[in-house]
Amino acid sequence: MATYSTNEFKAGLKVMLDNDPCAIIENEFVKPGKGQAFSRVKIRNLKTGRVIERTFKSGESIEGADVVDAEMQYLYNDGQFWHFMVPDTFEQYQTDQKVVGDAGKWLKDQDSCTVTLWNDSPLAISPPNFVDLTITETDPGVRGDTSGGGGKPATLETGAVVRVPLFVQIGEVIKVDTRTGEYVSRVKE
Amino acid sequence: MLAELRQFFAERSVLEVETPLLSHSIGTDPQLEFFTTEYCLSPQRQTLFLQTSPEFAMKRLLAAGSGCIYQIGKAFRNGESGRFHNPEFTMLEWYRVGFTLPQLMDEITELFAGLFKEQSLQETQRVSYQNIFVSYTGLDPLIFSYQDYCVFARKSQIPEAVDICGHDHAVWLDFIFSHKVQPHLGENALCMVYGYPACQSSLARINEDNAQIADRVELFINGVELGNGYYELTDAKEQSRRFDQELAIRKQQKLPVIVKDQRLIAALESGLPECSGMAIGLDRLLALLSNSASLDEVLSFPIRRA
Repeated sequence: MATYSTNEFKAGLKVMLDNDPCAIIENEFVKPGKGQAFSRVKIRNLKTGRVIERTFKSGESIEGADVVDAEMQYLYNDGQFWHFMVPDTFEQYQTDQKVVGDAGKWLKDQDSCTVTLWNDSPLAISPPNFVDLTITETDPGVRGDTSGGGGKPATLETGAVVRVPLFVQIGEVIKVDTRTGEYVSRVKE
Repeated sequence: MLAELRQFFAERSVLEVETPLLSHSIGTDPQLEFFTTEYCLSPQRQTLFLQTSPEFAMKRLLAAGSGCIYQIGKAFRNGESGRFHNPEFTMLEWYRVGFTLPQLMDEITELFAGLFKEQSLQETQRVSYQNIFVSYTGLDPLIFSYQDYCVFARKSQIPEAVDICGHDHAVWLDFIFSHKVQPHLGENALCMVYGYPACQSSLARINEDNAQIADRVELFINGVELGNGYYELTDAKEQSRRFDQELAIRKQQKLPVIVKDQRLIAALESGLPECSGMAIGLDRLLALLSNSASLDEVLSFPIRRA
């Protein structure tokens, strides 16, 4: 894998840091008028999601990370592993709950999602920003309620629980923002 | 801004000068990378340097008896690009004959009061490097304790400093000062930090009463370094010795080989008057005056679009 000098650091570059794949978020050139130059880098560990700050001596090089994002179709979960497929090539990948993490609760069979691969094995799963899911369980609503104020919990077909307005019923399909876990609207079939 | 600066110096009878951007020699500072160019006067070819600051040429004028002078011009530093760096930038540099550093600091206070009159800055702060360093880190910047510095780095979330700085006191100071002290300096105020450790004296004179510190001052507003000034070194022998020291470091670090500026040394030998001088980055000043988040906002065309 190629190495990158601090001068090539920019947002989105994937590098190896402390043996973990990381993505650079921000790179600030720090140099006293009469002194040593540094690069102060904000960097996200792609395994843990943690963001840390790290300083490099200007001109220093670090190894790049073989990290790519691929659009895949979620196939099924066999109880132990989650299975994904690249639609064009039918190539399949499997990974465990640890990697899937919270993304799992938004994934419905056949849905597409982004799988981040590190050295060709799944590192992280990102669901689409918005997903349409059917409500499988919620308290009956009360006629005349509007979307303003209040709300009630609703369980979705994937097992996720979100707060929905009182008028939303079992069997309805709703749109959810997966980044915040919030109800957006009902979906007219 | 430029008109205001020129008026400020005109009122004080400081003469505006212009010196060459291209020169046969360049400063030896190992931390400054320079641009070179080929001067072709067939059949001869000569390497010339783009100045990193007009300091040497202006000192030659001072030694020739110019009296107080100032200059607004371009300076070039290779490899410097970032939010507050552009390899080509505009510098204001001025020298006051007969001024000590505190007198120069008084003048800087007046200059900034005028420039920032609409921003209503807080009162100007003057702090010694040692005091400000101790108050933010608990470390003494004048005495290098490798152990203490390492302990501080580890507990301040900058453990990488240990590897980067090694046993080099000056690099440690650069690292800790720029990461842990500078961001706090001059919150909506001009902050002048004086009395730099002697190992960071650059072209400043060593303090008469305390050999551990140099008569050097730096300016900060909202954590941005704006300028650097000295009670100027006039001793030709000492200057030559510092050049040699820096050349040795350049050699050790395998940096481009250069020769020291004999014309500057000759000028110092003939007699540089006692003076203090200050250099201010005008692009940064303009960025602060206009509340801009980066130099890109005040440069017509930053380097990648130049």
